[in-house]
Amino acid sequence: MSSDLTYAYYPGCSGLSTSKDYDESTRAICTALGLTLQDIPDWSCCGSTPAHTVDHVLSAALSARNLALAESMGVDTIITPCPSCLTNLKVAGHRMEKDSFKQEVNALLDTHCANTVVTKSVLQVLVEDLGVQRIEEAVSKPLKGLKVVPYYGCIMNRPPEVMNFDDPENPMAMDRILTALGADVLDFPLKVECCGGSYGVARKDIVIRLSGKLLELARDRGADAIVTACPLCQMNLDLRQAQINAALKETFDLPVFYYTQLLGLALGLRQEEMLLKKLVVKPWKVLGRIEEPEAAAV
Amino acid sequence: MDDNNKQSVVNMECVRLDSGIDYGFIDQVAQESEQDPALCYQCGNCTAGCPYTFVYDIPVHKIMRLLQAGQKNTILTSHSLWLCATCESCTTRCPNNIDVARIMDVLRHMARREGHVTEKRVKQFNDSFLKSVTKHGRVFELGTLTSYVSRTGRFWTDAELGPKVLAKGKIATRAHDIQGKDQVAKIINRFLGDEKK
Repeated sequence: MSSDLTYAYYPGCSGLSTSKDYDESTRAICTALGLTLQDIPDWSCCGSTPAHTVDHVLSAALSARNLALAESMGVDTIITPCPSCLTNLKVAGHRMEKDSFKQEVNALLDTHCANTVVTKSVLQVLVEDLGVQRIEEAVSKPLKGLKVVPYYGCIMNRPPEVMNFDDPENPMAMDRILTALGADVLDFPLKVECCGGSYGVARKDIVIRLSGKLLELARDRGADAIVTACPLCQMNLDLRQAQINAALKETFDLPVFYYTQLLGLALGLRQEEMLLKKLVVKPWKVLGRIEEPEAAAV
Repeated sequence: MDDNNKQSVVNMECVRLDSGIDYGFIDQVAQESEQDPALCYQCGNCTAGCPYTFVYDIPVHKIMRLLQAGQKNTILTSHSLWLCATCESCTTRCPNNIDVARIMDVLRHMARREGHVTEKRVKQFNDSFLKSVTKHGRVFELGTLTSYVSRTGRFWTDAELGPKVLAKGKIATRAHDIQGKDQVAKIINRFLGDEKK
């Protein structure tokens, strides 16, 4: 069985820097759950938003260099935790199904890309290849008593024709995983609404307004924490939470976890391994609300 | 009629449909985006779901209508093109399956090529990012930020985040150069060379 769960792994640039906690917790939970990740050797940047806003062939070529590297690994699927990398790799593969576009992309590349490998999110293979049942069976420290809202971000599931996973308006993959971990998962109507994306630097006013709305709803829903699957969403909601508070005269105090961090805790992995200390809004008080299994059993 | 409505009537622009339509522009957008702008029947669903309307000068459904009317200059000089985050809400919700976000991206490509940049900081941030990828093969976040700050002179940008980010080791302070960084630089330089032709 474990041989089926082998994937080429694309961490994405932020995984080496601002979302190192996401990358490390992803690797740890995959190992614990029996998924084998093989790093794409010498992978390069997918181009992210800046490339596709300049040109679609350029964007696809930056992604396709990685698709070509994965083709030489003898695996059929690339997985990545980052939705922005995911979108770029998937859109590149999708557009290269058209021969003329594929030729234009290959004209920019040193190594030919045949476009034979598919890309999926780590979340997708956890739910579809491993299954929520197996995750539930592996839980040793349930997150009982922890009230969370799952926030997917705007591009994990959209547009549906390209992403081809879960419901584009009401995705449930993280809801199902978090429920399996024993957490109290609250409805979150803004679960696919944009957080302001990469405008944090150039137009902070946008992120303050859009991420502010998300924090407001999460608090009003009574959540202890927000759970994300995207490095950019996490950064906007967590690192910029104090800026948002200052600008909106608010007092939000909501930890923003990656779903992989909570998954790791529920699997009994060490807190240090989940790099929880990287979270800017401190999670310790909220994690203290998790009821010990012994106490719950009495 | 309240004041707001009066104001919008005053601001309404007349478009001459007998002489002012740039058909070549419509065809070019259709070709580059592989979408048919004529399919839009102005239901407004894209604008209803667009999280960015509050900063747009022209809401997205009006961009679509102006596109149908071949109003090249009005569209390419709008701020909206540079503020669209490609969140895919419009594309997902269009009842006629128009990939609106792709059209917005293509319009932004055209605006860039023709030198219309209405949100300079957005372009400078994207340029700093791609420069970093050209140099290292991967984006070096701290380098991108430094380059952006020096280009824009916005030294106070996020300065207050510095202590938090550095104390927690939240951002890598050294670039990760990949072995194939020349291959990545060649992708970008070949593209730039093609663009000049």
